[in-house]
Amino acid sequence: MSDKSHFVEIRHAQKSFGALEVLKDISLNVERGQIVAIIGPSGSGKSTLLRAINDLDPLTGGEVWLDGVQVNKNLPHRQYEKHINEMRQDVGMVFQHFNLFPHLTARENVTMAPKMLKGLSSAEADKLAEEQLEKVGMLDRIEYYPSRLSGGQKQRVAIARALAMKPKLMLFDEATSALDPELVDEVNAVMKKLAEEHMTMIIVTHEMDFAASVCDRVLFMDQGVVVEEGPPSVVFKNPSKDRTKEFLRKHLAGAN
Amino acid sequence: MGLDFTVVPAHLDIILLGCAWTIGIAVAAALLSFFGGIVFAVIALYAPWIIRQPFRLLEWVFMGTPLLLQLFLIYFGLVQIGIDLPAFVAGIIGLGLHFAVYNSELIQTAILSVDKGQMEAARTVGLSRGQALRKVVIPQAVRDVIPPIGNNMIALLKDSALVSVIGVSELTLSAQRAIGATYRPFEFYLVAALFYYAINLCMEWVQRRIERRIAISR
Repeated sequence: MSDKSHFVEIRHAQKSFGALEVLKDISLNVERGQIVAIIGPSGSGKSTLLRAINDLDPLTGGEVWLDGVQVNKNLPHRQYEKHINEMRQDVGMVFQHFNLFPHLTARENVTMAPKMLKGLSSAEADKLAEEQLEKVGMLDRIEYYPSRLSGGQKQRVAIARALAMKPKLMLFDEATSALDPELVDEVNAVMKKLAEEHMTMIIVTHEMDFAASVCDRVLFMDQGVVVEEGPPSVVFKNPSKDRTKEFLRKHLAGAN
Repeated sequence: MGLDFTVVPAHLDIILLGCAWTIGIAVAAALLSFFGGIVFAVIALYAPWIIRQPFRLLEWVFMGTPLLLQLFLIYFGLVQIGIDLPAFVAGIIGLGLHFAVYNSELIQTAILSVDKGQMEAARTVGLSRGQALRKVVIPQAVRDVIPPIGNNMIALLKDSALVSVIGVSELTLSAQRAIGATYRPFEFYLVAALFYYAINLCMEWVQRRIERRIAISR
């Protein structure tokens, strides 16, 4: 890894669904340990950009690099599948609707991938599950099925599931958007804890307060382009672009 | 002339043996139809065209023709091309594949209705598509179709009487044999009916237990 390369590097990302261009030449660098928030109106392409990083929504143009390795490199199908499965082990993802596996307990949700992909024994995997669920404050629900957990609890288990693969990077796709307001804080607290441990995180969010308090950098996206980017103190308090101002004004008005 | 069930005990051994054959064939065919149904469903949804098309044909044969004809084809027809199966094996294969096709239809629908986020979540932790199907999607799909598959299995048990025509001494044929010896059709067919009903009750009981176990995780 050369000095000039960044931990996460998105180069000229372009994505079209047919005639609709949802990402228009976006470039973005994230350094190790940095926390970046992506904000913007719905349909702005922020989730698509996030999902391009682990190739869940493959780009139609441009490159994604993680820790010196190109994620979306051009390989024959089989080799590409193998490559992408390995890359994804290093990238944890948390979804708006949790997507916990409903047929598995909290413990099994966490242990499944490490057992299958890293060859952990049951005892090792159990220890790992206990550590990770402890971290998100869910150890007391370790044998519960997702159906018996609240939204906030589900999301915390989902975070533990992602952390169990020991990822280098965590992606949060509106992790608190589907939660009842009173459950948002418990998930935010876990994310803050990760921030304190210097986990590299890219967070798509609607929560400006949370973004302002945790993130090193904020990107405001609209209609497939990055309109404005900078430290939260600048983007939130003193934005230079009219579109950013308008979005923030509407959003804060809506929130209050 | 009234009913006289006193003739039954003397021939109970043959009826019970027939009962055992019926249970054996039904259980073996049910397992084949269940796992075969999963395999067929995965092929129908995910296999490349070149594999999928022959399966379409097989599916059409098993859905579009009478089970009786299928049993004749497997037992009498295959002999001509050098495949000489014992009657009970032919019966298990015929019944099993016939219901596998019906189970496959159910499982396909269930697989497609598993939330897309499940596959995505499984892929993001690094599972391959095959691993995600096996560990995440199919277990949930199968869970959803246990009740309708249970109905198919009851139909399978009843249709297992058809294998009597290729000479398997299962319950129906055993009853006929007892009738041949006693000329008491009403009594022995009623006894056979009673045994079918009892086996059905057992199957429903098993199904309810499975459903209850699944309900815990919902």
